[in-house]
Amino acid sequence: MSALEMVRDAVAIVLLLLGTFLCLTAGLGLVRFPDVLTRMHAGTKPQVLGVLLIMVGAAIRLQGWSATWMLLLVAVFQMLTAPVSAHMISRVAYRRRHVRRDRLMVDELNSGGGVRDRVYQGDEPADAPPEQPGAALAKSREEDEAR
Amino acid sequence: MTIVYWAAYGMLGAGALLALVRLGMGPSLLDRVVATDTLLVIIAAGLAVHAGLERDPTVVPVLVVVSLLAFVGSVSVARYIGGMLVGSADDGQDVGLPEAAEERAARAGEAPR
Amino acid sequence: MSEPVSPAAHRLRHQLPLLVWLVLVWNLLWGTWSWANLISGAAVALGVTLLLPLPPVVGGSRVRPLPTLRFVGHFVADLVRSGALVAWQTVRPSGIDRSAIITVQLRTDSDLLLTILAESLTLVPGSMVIDLDRERRTISLHVLHVRDEADLERQRAAVLAEENRVVRAFGSPEEVAALDAAGGRTA
Repeated sequence: MSALEMVRDAVAIVLLLLGTFLCLTAGLGLVRFPDVLTRMHAGTKPQVLGVLLIMVGAAIRLQGWSATWMLLLVAVFQMLTAPVSAHMISRVAYRRRHVRRDRLMVDELNSGGGVRDRVYQGDEPADAPPEQPGAALAKSREEDEAR
Repeated sequence: MTIVYWAAYGMLGAGALLALVRLGMGPSLLDRVVATDTLLVIIAAGLAVHAGLERDPTVVPVLVVVSLLAFVGSVSVARYIGGMLVGSADDGQDVGLPEAAEERAARAGEAPR
Repeated sequence: MSEPVSPAAHRLRHQLPLLVWLVLVWNLLWGTWSWANLISGAAVALGVTLLLPLPPVVGGSRVRPLPTLRFVGHFVADLVRSGALVAWQTVRPSGIDRSAIITVQLRTDSDLLLTILAESLTLVPGSMVIDLDRERRTISLHVLHVRDEADLERQRAAVLAEENRVVRAFGSPEEVAALDAAGGRTA
């Protein structure tokens, strides 16, 4: 084994270990963080950096172009698709109020106006109408005034 | 080399285990979607680590499938939960849906970490 | 574009990048370059684009090499730096700081540029796009590590700087001029 190969293997292994460490932090953050949005930061982000590192490490170790191209393709797919799924989930999470307000410093998306009817916006999911529209409306007004 | 094997698979396994913990704990469906997503990514990472350490390119096509599956799965569940949320409402919120477990916990004064 | 172009040819020219990309993916999936793969890939790509047509991207774009390089460089640096930061926040005993949802008024008005901006913002750990109001050109982000108002301001400035780099890398001359008029820095 020549010196060059040694260096290459060492770099690849360091990259692989860094990537696996980021996967570990993903699991850790998933358990430790307080709400869906912050958990998404921890959970979906190793898709980018960690998987990228692991792909580069594996591509260095694997000989042959075919596997390298396919790993590149996986990396590109991840970079294109991870933001889309993250955005879709976070949007639904925000709209369904899976947000810990007490952990937010500011919420500028919601500070635009005063009291507002938040029960019927016209774009509710058809399969989930409010169970008690009156109570929900009263609660939403109450929250707006308390803010 | 053995140490590298143990470290890599140990960290991946611990990460997957923690994701499974979140998958079991919930509390909301979205948490479970995020946990499943993370779990699939960790599985893909494990396949890539295996391919890299063993110099075994046969699992690479599986990697493509798994990484795409994660995307399709989480997007379809998000769309299912979101129903027909297409237009942006004024303040971007819906009411009348089941109260989020986080809000209930926050109101009860306990802070589950 | 003075000569009359038939709608089909016009559409084909707009979809050419997509076709090339699909053929490329097909070849990468097979793992080897060969004429059979190239031809079958072209057939599949044509079938896909004819059966499942997509709306065309409005407003052509160009790629300037040097600003693109700067955009990619900043992007990778951001990726590594905030990746390390988020990883540190997950493992440190005190947990995370408070998070925030901020909205930023953007200056560009192009679907393509906004898409690139939102994708790159979401890819960087620590910030995640929640909503994008297309009409008012505001983007809403959930940012992870904020301690005080100065942090919020820094995050907003970072978003605007990212927008600046994206427009300078991929925008048309009119968009760059509009950015300059709107007070974009030449950073």
